[in-house]
Amino acid sequence: MNNTKYILGSFGDPDEMMHGIDKLQENNIKIHDVYTPMPIHGIEAKLGVKRSRLDIAAFFFGITGTCTMLSFVYYAAAIDWPINIGGKAHFALPDFIPITFELTILFCAFGLVGSYYASTHLFPGRAPRVMDLRATDDRFVIAVDAKENTDHTKIDDLLKEAGALEVKHNERKYISYE
Amino acid sequence: MGTHNYNFTEQFEFTGKAKTLSIIAIVIGLAAIGYGFSAEALHERTFANLLLMAYYFACVCMSGAFFLAVQFVAQAGWSASILRVPEAMAKVLPIAVIILLLVMGAGLYSHNLYHHWHAEGLTDPNSPNFDKLIAGKSAFLNVPFFMGRQIVFLAIYSAFAFYLAKWSNNEDLEGGLNSYRKSFKYSCIFLVIYGFTTPIFAFDTVMSLEAHWFSTMFGWYNFAAMWVSSLATIAIIIILLKKAGYMNWVNNSHLHNLGQFIFGFSIFWTYVWFAQFLLIYYANMPEETVYFYKRFEHYEFWFYLNLVLNFLAPVLLLMDRDNKRQENILLTVSIVVLCGHWVDYYQMIMPGTVAEEHGFGIIEVGTAIGFVGLFTFTVLNALSKKPLIAKNHPFLQESLHHQL
Repeated sequence: MNNTKYILGSFGDPDEMMHGIDKLQENNIKIHDVYTPMPIHGIEAKLGVKRSRLDIAAFFFGITGTCTMLSFVYYAAAIDWPINIGGKAHFALPDFIPITFELTILFCAFGLVGSYYASTHLFPGRAPRVMDLRATDDRFVIAVDAKENTDHTKIDDLLKEAGALEVKHNERKYISYE
Repeated sequence: MGTHNYNFTEQFEFTGKAKTLSIIAIVIGLAAIGYGFSAEALHERTFANLLLMAYYFACVCMSGAFFLAVQFVAQAGWSASILRVPEAMAKVLPIAVIILLLVMGAGLYSHNLYHHWHAEGLTDPNSPNFDKLIAGKSAFLNVPFFMGRQIVFLAIYSAFAFYLAKWSNNEDLEGGLNSYRKSFKYSCIFLVIYGFTTPIFAFDTVMSLEAHWFSTMFGWYNFAAMWVSSLATIAIIIILLKKAGYMNWVNNSHLHNLGQFIFGFSIFWTYVWFAQFLLIYYANMPEETVYFYKRFEHYEFWFYLNLVLNFLAPVLLLMDRDNKRQENILLTVSIVVLCGHWVDYYQMIMPGTVAEEHGFGIIEVGTAIGFVGLFTFTVLNALSKKPLIAKNHPFLQESLHHQL
């Protein structure tokens, strides 16, 4: 029984890697993911990666911050401890715009950091899960799920043909930095 | 991606509907101004409207030059293929400057504008008209120095606008990096001059209409207004050109960038507007609050409309990424923002001139239409003189492949 879980094609050049993606897609081989040391234009469209929903999350975190601050200020300044400041209304909105703005930003920033960690399974203290260490350095790596795509020799050939410098058969999904 | 086959010699032809409509608009404008000067009682209102639109016209054009300079200094690549549009706006600046100077000169001469600091006996201690505050400011606010500043500032802006357009033309003919290097160097100088002088320009042209009042934020507030309205104008021209079948290299990533600019600077405008308002509101000192008192008394509708058009509309409509990438939405928002800044200038200028006798009628609408027509005519005319793309711009390929 073959224990290979993932086949990794390691490329030295982004164009060759893009070419490799085309080759695999032409042959209906599903790509698990691609790891690159730098962002590559147009790769999301090619791989059909869905657009990040982080911006929508940002909006709702921000709105939460706005509502929190306005309701707190209303409670504090108009209900719990009303003080006459310069003869203005207790809940004088313009006075509280700056702090509301700040809290909107704060909630938005913290919320986004949190959701980013949650969605990437990254948080302090956790060893990052990496499929190929050199993908963080100088190699462009295409990962194919070996259990789904059983014709391993064909995958190897396609990757080599496209210019892969190295093809690895990994028995574990991730190797970490331990 | 892939290779592109764009026509780099494509030139805008200024004929047909655009030409007819802009000439009709100019005629409407002239008729409205003529109507305004037909009755003695309407003179001040007509002058206020002329000042508003001449200032708006000049601001949009000089911010076109500012846009060019910002792109050069930032060494921006994305904009290389659309630079001909702000260039055309910059080239029109001298015309706008002459109109603005004429309006200000005639307004001063006929005492219809700036009469708060320019009237008989204001600085003479023995006169019944003596005004201590104005006398104190008269070293700065006197006609020769005032007009001198205006002429010097506007001439400097026009000269930089002229040379930036000229070097871009040389680049088309000669190629090479010389023109780009020169544009970069002089853009740096221009931005410094522009940054220090536009607040003074705004203080003079608009704030001195109510010479007793002052706000140090006023210059930046006006800078934000002129910059965002210029960005909206650039977006409108590009989208309309695209709809007419020109500039097919402009993709929705370029629109996205312009949309981000309009979105960001609308918020910046609100920020500066609010910074000015909040401090005055909070400190509540009579000599400062008088400015907003006048606006609350007689201009309440305009005051709030200003915020709706210039803050709420762009923020809500342009927040979504997809909206910035769609021609029609960006076009609508740009038009809303342009109308919004007309309202903005309206409630800056009118209380200091016509005060309670302001209105919104033939003179306001007609003058605005006339200046829009004049802007369209002159800018499209300048645009049709050169190819629509700077074919030798060093970052052209980056712009053609621009993708966000």
